[in-house]
Amino acid sequence: MTAALKITGLTFAYPDGREALHGVDLTLAPGERVALLGPNGAGKTTLVLHLNGILHGGAGRVEISGLPVTPGDRKAITEIRRRVGVVFQDPDDQLFMPTVAEDVAFGPANLGVRGDELDHRVTEALTAVGMLEHRDQIPHHLSFGQRRRVAVATVLAMRPEILVLDEPSSNLDPASRRELAEIIMSLPVTVLMVTHDLPYALELCPRSVILDAGRIVADAPTGELLADGDRMAAHRLELPFGFDPSAIHRR
Amino acid sequence: MEPLYLARESRVHRLSPEVKIAAVLLFTIVVVVTPREDLTAFAGYTLLIALVAGLARVPAGWLLKRATIELPFVLLAVVLPFTGHGERVDWLGLSLSVDGLYGAWNIFAKGTLGVLASLLLAATTSMRDLILGLDRLRCPTVITQIMTFMLRYIDVLIDDARRMRIARLSRGYDPRFLWQVKAFAVGVGALFLRSYERGERVYLAMLSRGYSGRMPSGSGSKAPAAEWVVSSALPVAAAGIAVAAAVLA
Repeated sequence: MTAALKITGLTFAYPDGREALHGVDLTLAPGERVALLGPNGAGKTTLVLHLNGILHGGAGRVEISGLPVTPGDRKAITEIRRRVGVVFQDPDDQLFMPTVAEDVAFGPANLGVRGDELDHRVTEALTAVGMLEHRDQIPHHLSFGQRRRVAVATVLAMRPEILVLDEPSSNLDPASRRELAEIIMSLPVTVLMVTHDLPYALELCPRSVILDAGRIVADAPTGELLADGDRMAAHRLELPFGFDPSAIHRR
Repeated sequence: MEPLYLARESRVHRLSPEVKIAAVLLFTIVVVVTPREDLTAFAGYTLLIALVAGLARVPAGWLLKRATIELPFVLLAVVLPFTGHGERVDWLGLSLSVDGLYGAWNIFAKGTLGVLASLLLAATTSMRDLILGLDRLRCPTVITQIMTFMLRYIDVLIDDARRMRIARLSRGYDPRFLWQVKAFAVGVGALFLRSYERGERVYLAMLSRGYSGRMPSGSGSKAPAAEWVVSSALPVAAAGIAVAAAVLA
């Protein structure tokens, strides 16, 4: 079976000389949900921006369901950006159109979807995140949790194969956090979730990898990884006070 | 958010934005080219505006209150009768220039009619629809895109500014004197930087969703011909009044 995501030997240095990635290897099977953990400045966001060809230029190779990311090829890169849906951390960055529906329509419209089919995509995506009744609202008038859900819908409307979520639980109240988890688990897509929220990773992702100093330094079942105190401490990862991963029964 | 929009159910509200924009623009042109001596024509235009306001169910008080925005410009016109040259008339012991009086009238009448027509357009069309209308009238997309972004981010920006202000006040900042303006100025600079960085992030997020330099067009349908005919009634009637007044004079 073709891997949903296959990264081999990826390196990257910013124009100012700062080296962000030092040979990253990572493979995700279709339908897998994987958490990407790591301290601030580990290169997580840099890695995410390589998945859809926004950053490029270093050595190595990224493949999405067998299709290599080739930033020079406009047509191929459009297909890559359809397959990889990135949900950014601040929904106000993602939602830039005056109404929710227009914003959700932006992605598929860029892919050439028009008319009734476009309407259908918007309805489908907003239904998936439970935000259909807010379709004509101004994003600014929604709560933060609602905006985050709409941001997920803007990407779902493109029918991606991989959903990449950058800090999906940040700034959410516990109820919104749980609602989003339910939505993510209900989606039939491969998920790569960048997060500092370790309980969230344990809840949503059977497998976790740790990125530190531009390298994947650990790749294991999430429960095992979180229970390995020494390895966690070596990469500046800490569990919330009172949280014991071994006490949680896997769902 | 939209202080100039008056949400009502009316035939004028239901018209497509582009036909309303075109009608108001043409009406204003007719008003501006009308010779200032044609007093009856201006009376006719005022009647037309009142008619449209009635159809749109926009109260006169609402219009007049917002029309005060033109006051600074009209104040300038008050000076003209005193400073004008040529033939003069005496009124209440004041010596006024006839040419100046006409000049003042010209500014006042045309300015007021233009402002009232624009207010009617704004009252019956939401900001979003106005931008859509301009887009359909082939206004350069760079301009309509900038307006779209402004419409979306102005509230985010105001919120940012408000939070920064509260944070300043919380640290004992109490701006009462001119030399305290420095913190405010630095705040404006910080706000600019934040907006600039947000712009970069928004652009990245747009790229990630397949943006390739062109906004996908074609949201909504174009105005049917019947709407163009209905809305052309305003400029056509105005032109009729102008011609009639010229012939009678």
